[in-house]
Amino acid sequence: MAKVRGTGFAAVNYPTGMHLGGDPTQSLIHMTPAGDFVVTMASVDLGQGLRTVLAQIAAETLGVPYESIVVETADTDTGPHCTGTFASRTTHRAGNAVVMAAQEARKAMLEVAGELLEASPEDLETDGDGNIHIKGVAEKSVSVGEVAGAAHFGYGKTIAGRGAYLKPPSPMDPETGECDPDSTQAHACTVVEVEVDTETGMVEVIDMKSVYEVGQQVNPDLVKGQIVGGSWMGIGHALYETTAPGYPAIDPAPVDFQNYLQPGAAEMPDVTCEVLEYPAESGPYGGKGVGEMVTNGPIPAIVNAINNALDVRITQIPVTPEVVLRALDEKKAQAGA
Amino acid sequence: MSMKELGVVGRNVGQRDLESHARGQTTYYEDVHYPRMLHLKMHRSAEPHARIVSVDTSAAEASPGVVCVLTHEDLPGKKVWNGLAAVGVGPEDEPILAFDKVRWRGEPIVAVLGESAEAARAGAAKVEVDYDPLPGVFDVEEAISGSLPALTAHWPNNHYIYPDDHGAAQIRFGDVEQGFAEADHIVEDSYQTSPIEQAPMETNGCIAKPGGDGRITVHTNTQAVHFARDNTAAILGIAPGKLRFLGGTVGGGFGGKVDVAVEPISVLAAMRTGRPVKFKYTREEEMQVSSTRSAWRLNIKDGVMDDGRIVARKITSYQDSGAYLRFSSYGSMKHAGHMPGPYTIPNVWVDARVVFTNRPPSSAMRGFGVMAASFAIELQMDKVAKTIGMDPWQLRLLNAYRNGDMRAHRKVNEDAAMVETIQAAAQLAGHELPAEYQAMTSWDRKAS
Amino acid sequence: MEDKLIRLAVNGRDEAVVIQPLATLQDVLRDKLELNAVKSGCGQGGCGSCSVLVDGELQLSCLTLAERVGDAEVTTLEGLNETNAIVPLQQAFIENYAAQCGYCTAGMVMAAKALLDRNPAPSRDEIVEGLSGNLCRCTGFAPIVRAVQQAAQALSDTGEEAS
Ligand code: FES
Ligand code: FES
Repeated sequence: MAKVRGTGFAAVNYPTGMHLGGDPTQSLIHMTPAGDFVVTMASVDLGQGLRTVLAQIAAETLGVPYESIVVETADTDTGPHCTGTFASRTTHRAGNAVVMAAQEARKAMLEVAGELLEASPEDLETDGDGNIHIKGVAEKSVSVGEVAGAAHFGYGKTIAGRGAYLKPPSPMDPETGECDPDSTQAHACTVVEVEVDTETGMVEVIDMKSVYEVGQQVNPDLVKGQIVGGSWMGIGHALYETTAPGYPAIDPAPVDFQNYLQPGAAEMPDVTCEVLEYPAESGPYGGKGVGEMVTNGPIPAIVNAINNALDVRITQIPVTPEVVLRALDEKKAQAGA
Repeated sequence: MSMKELGVVGRNVGQRDLESHARGQTTYYEDVHYPRMLHLKMHRSAEPHARIVSVDTSAAEASPGVVCVLTHEDLPGKKVWNGLAAVGVGPEDEPILAFDKVRWRGEPIVAVLGESAEAARAGAAKVEVDYDPLPGVFDVEEAISGSLPALTAHWPNNHYIYPDDHGAAQIRFGDVEQGFAEADHIVEDSYQTSPIEQAPMETNGCIAKPGGDGRITVHTNTQAVHFARDNTAAILGIAPGKLRFLGGTVGGGFGGKVDVAVEPISVLAAMRTGRPVKFKYTREEEMQVSSTRSAWRLNIKDGVMDDGRIVARKITSYQDSGAYLRFSSYGSMKHAGHMPGPYTIPNVWVDARVVFTNRPPSSAMRGFGVMAASFAIELQMDKVAKTIGMDPWQLRLLNAYRNGDMRAHRKVNEDAAMVETIQAAAQLAGHELPAEYQAMTSWDRKAS
Repeated sequence: MEDKLIRLAVNGRDEAVVIQPLATLQDVLRDKLELNAVKSGCGQGGCGSCSVLVDGELQLSCLTLAERVGDAEVTTLEGLNETNAIVPLQQAFIENYAAQCGYCTAGMVMAAKALLDRNPAPSRDEIVEGLSGNLCRCTGFAPIVRAVQQAAQALSDTGEEAS
């Protein structure tokens, strides 16, 4: 039994937002009489943490505590339109819509605060802890809660905002392909070490190191969650997963998890990742999308590592043990010929 | 570039749903319980390609616990559709319930409503369909070779037709043939990916609940509530305002929950019966019926100079769309627009074709059109490096796109940081780069 | 076959439920008792999202016939929070981001509890083995394994019950 090791890597870029644009998301924000804010969206949280990220963005723009933000999602009766949660678009599209809505709501909030403090709204600033004061004069201050009370019960005003983010659609020239496809590009480079058993054809990913560049991170822990989860999914795609193991034949056709193979915890190597931040011009606080690109580096890096380990040329996925053994047989046949 | 000082953006504030997840209190679409709820199961095609001779639902209707069955004749609005019809993509080619033909194994034919999931399943198994089998089309290059029958009248050569009668989403930048003529080396290869299931732990599903006021609330795990609502209304020919689509947290998406496959028929059943209707894909349906990541085949030909500069890249791609269009024409445009990857190459030629076969329709998954592109390009880069005897890190850094470069789709590059990302990865992996490669930046090509 | 009335002990309560013949424990817990933490990712025994404890043993409720449970004590994730206080194992899941969409989480927590109850100081390999029947599509497992390690550590530090 021989086990051989190899390394491989891959460099990838990934567009943020739907290809060619034209994929709007809108946001509504209003203040409650108690001074917290409700951000209403039709966007859908798939577990990536959309509600968290949008609350952070809203808090940042409004200048109020993160804890005072409620994010409501996924209701067509209450939420203004969102194209959907895909295409690495929600942090960027929904995030930008929330920034716009929050700017409008903040303006209304500062107008009421200005009346209470007998100051011009331009002279006011928020401290992020729930207070508004005159710039440079911390004691001339009013709480966000007091502003809410005054707005609702004193002045009869709404403190609310609307946001709509749209990257205008850019048609693709059918002849040349000329177009403006994306809002920005994120980047990644993944380095992998594998060990291949030349008797069984089994591949083990020993180590995976990645560097990502995703603009300004809104929430680094959640970015890391995407990267680690995607690293694992990349191993699945590279080595195991297919609904048609005999592709292009339609049989066999796995219908359960015993036959649709995925890596388990045992197959998950140590994953190291580093994140660079080059803020995107168009992103909310410079953010780019990261949700989809996270399998794209690991897959080719793994196959490159297998080719490096065995000195073969495999060009398909998944690289199952049969694929490995076939490549080794071909190599042997060529050496003998 | 420096941003203004940030407060809570950039901070690790946790993830809002974690505690409810850990307590098992997060609400997913199927965590609402309604009395008198009906269950919907689908009778599906057993053949990948066949003419439907007859459909007999009598035994299903007589099956214990079956409340009603729905065939294409019961559809009040559209019989065929495409999810992007509203934005001008077409033609609408996919039957909501199959009528004259089936074009993939698993295609829905008859919906059966039962008092329990088991009653619906037993009823669905009793639907009798008589088929006249037709030859199957499975290989993408064979499919468009002219030797096999056309799957539908829409696509005479089994591939999608883009505006101006183009058979592919194309990129034409510079002159690849001239690039090949000037190149010191030609490097070619073919690449193949497989259909992959998004495999969210929660399968596709919805519960349609009549409100008694003429409106129907649909609890759904779609990734796009307005899109699903508006398409459902369009399919059924009803006012969108009659529908409220309500999501919660979705049990994983990865692109696998944008088909709008369960909602229209569930709403129709709820309208018919006045009762709540649940349609949840089994794991088997999720794997073999819900659309997968498309399989792609790519042929790449590069012209390369001795010093490592790639001067021409020609790519022909085949996206296996399965039997119907769904979002494939979008996927191939995104694929073509992504080429030639994060590299600046002066001559680029791309033909990205959408090919129809007798497979389950494919669709989006995490990195639609781009994953296959990145896979093939990064394997190709290693082959180029090996062919010319160059360090693969240096090859990529030398060719990596810079800010200000014109990309193949004729947009000036911005926000690029590929060079810095590769350099940092080399350092993380302990791969030493020569000084001139360490000095490269995305803002300056001079260093190279 | 007739519907029938059975009694079940679930999360410390006696429950009487009318079931259809061949109803699974999953059907009863989810649909009759509305214990929504019991998920149904496959109904085939392949994903672990329906995991519960039956007399302290980890079981897939989708493969367990309800009428076979008899007098055994059934515990779902909800049973861990009868007093509302969160248990250290759940806290470890939160601190380690061991959930994204959360669909696998209840099953994972139950599998981890079953493991820690019988082996309070598991090695990394034993944790991996203990979770081997549970799938997660989002997290890549690493945070989940870390959460269980942390919970085990907390257990040995305090000498308290992990869950
Ligand atoms: S639902 Fe029981 S193991 Fe998947
Ligand atoms: S968190 Fe989504 S399946 Fe585990």
